[in-house]
Amino acid sequence: MMQTLRYVVFRDLLLAMRRRADVATTLFFFVIVASLFPLGVGPDPKLLRVMAPGILWVGALLASMLSLGRLFAEDYADGSLEQLVLAPEPLTLVVIGKVVAHWLVSGLPLVLISPVIALQFDLPREAMVTLLLALLLGTPLLSLIGAIGAALTVGVRGGGVLISLLVLPLYVPVLIFGAGAVDASAMGMEAGGHLSILGALLLLGMVLAPWATAAALRISLE
Amino acid sequence: MKLNWFKYAAPATFYPLAGKLIPWFALAAAGLTVAGLYLSFFVAPTDFQQGESYRIIFIHVPAAWMSMFIYIVMAGWAAAGLIFNTRLSSMMASALAPTGALFTFIALWTGALWGKPTWGAWWVWDARLTSELILLFLYMGFMALHAAIDDPRRADRASAVLALVGVVNVPIIYFSVKWWNTLHQGASVSMTMAPKMAATMLLGMLVMALACWMYSIAAALARVRCIILEREQQAEWIANLGEPA
Amino acid sequence: MIWKSLDDFIAMGGYGFYVWGSYLVTAALIGAEILMLRARRRTVEKARQVQKILSEQTKHETTT
Repeated sequence: MMQTLRYVVFRDLLLAMRRRADVATTLFFFVIVASLFPLGVGPDPKLLRVMAPGILWVGALLASMLSLGRLFAEDYADGSLEQLVLAPEPLTLVVIGKVVAHWLVSGLPLVLISPVIALQFDLPREAMVTLLLALLLGTPLLSLIGAIGAALTVGVRGGGVLISLLVLPLYVPVLIFGAGAVDASAMGMEAGGHLSILGALLLLGMVLAPWATAAALRISLE
Repeated sequence: MKLNWFKYAAPATFYPLAGKLIPWFALAAAGLTVAGLYLSFFVAPTDFQQGESYRIIFIHVPAAWMSMFIYIVMAGWAAAGLIFNTRLSSMMASALAPTGALFTFIALWTGALWGKPTWGAWWVWDARLTSELILLFLYMGFMALHAAIDDPRRADRASAVLALVGVVNVPIIYFSVKWWNTLHQGASVSMTMAPKMAATMLLGMLVMALACWMYSIAAALARVRCIILEREQQAEWIANLGEPA
Repeated sequence: MIWKSLDDFIAMGGYGFYVWGSYLVTAALIGAEILMLRARRRTVEKARQVQKILSEQTKHETTT
């Protein structure tokens, strides 16, 4: 079982490595979105400090959503997705592997680069640690929820736009608790509560989302 | 006498039944609307705090109730369609979606018109209004996904999965928005009515809610009849239906 | 009686715009939904009639 998981993760990572530009695009998108906000609202440091958690989280949401198209679409196009669905290994496991790979490629880089962006917004140091932790808990959840949307729109006309309509409303709790955690610690309060809720949501997502994604994939491919 | 409910799970038997039921539900909706409007405008006393503007709640609250209730019923039909593989259940789900979205929009619209004189702003990021807005997005997603897939059976099943994911998420979204709201605004704005709401106000709201309910059933049945005809063009029983009444 | 005159009723204690704005838009939207359902119904019926004529024609052609 672990072997299947490792194989799927390794395969997707290898494919991602062959298309390094795609990975970099997601990351640059995040950086650019975050850098556009000060240009839009003005360089007042006080204002930016207040807005930073929200901006960083919305940026992470959009960047994660942008890369969802790659999750199943390419495998669908070359037919390997059908093979994976027909394989004797449980499809849920394959889905988990693909989500893990998606997070490693599009979520983890965001987490790692976020302190640099946070510096641009002059976030205090405790808030930066919280941001790192919150993104670490939140971005896998984004990949998990997004996988459902990606599976539902596999092979659908205009799937790229549709997926945003399906997935973004479901991202709302992640945004609220993620930005809330950073907000709280920027104001000098304890962020543990928000992080715990985020962790609970992540656990719930890990149990339910792969299962729903597998069901959606079966429907999309029948 | 034993009624065979599964008999009506087939579109061919449900179609004439729905046709017979629609006028009754429509009649009930019209009657209840007249009674509800009479209660709301001529019986319910003026609110001593909000004046006459509170009369908007007689449409706002029932619409908000219906919008959430219809989403749950829609997800229930979608789940039934997914589990039992019955065509009619999925058709009911997609017949309910536009009416649910309509009530969600009405709840938002009347909420804004109620908020302007009460809070001084058209839109306040109140927990309920925000959840209602996200509910509208969920309805839009359901309908957009259904419309984007050409094969109706696949569209039914894919949107059923989405509706179920949505139904799991709605309480999470509601509580997170509520929590977010208390954090950012305090309890200063809230749509809860005064604790001792006049009994006639409550009665007016309930009668209006029943009217909306009857209307929703009539509209959903009328739409499901259209969907049945559209999808089963080729079926023999439709060819034998005869002239439209 | 709450209302002294029709004008009083329409004014809604100064909130006429908000109250009637809510109710009239609701009525208009529900009316629009009913009209859309009618139109959809008519389109389907028309398609059905065409289908019927076509199928009778083919039946006729096969028998002769």
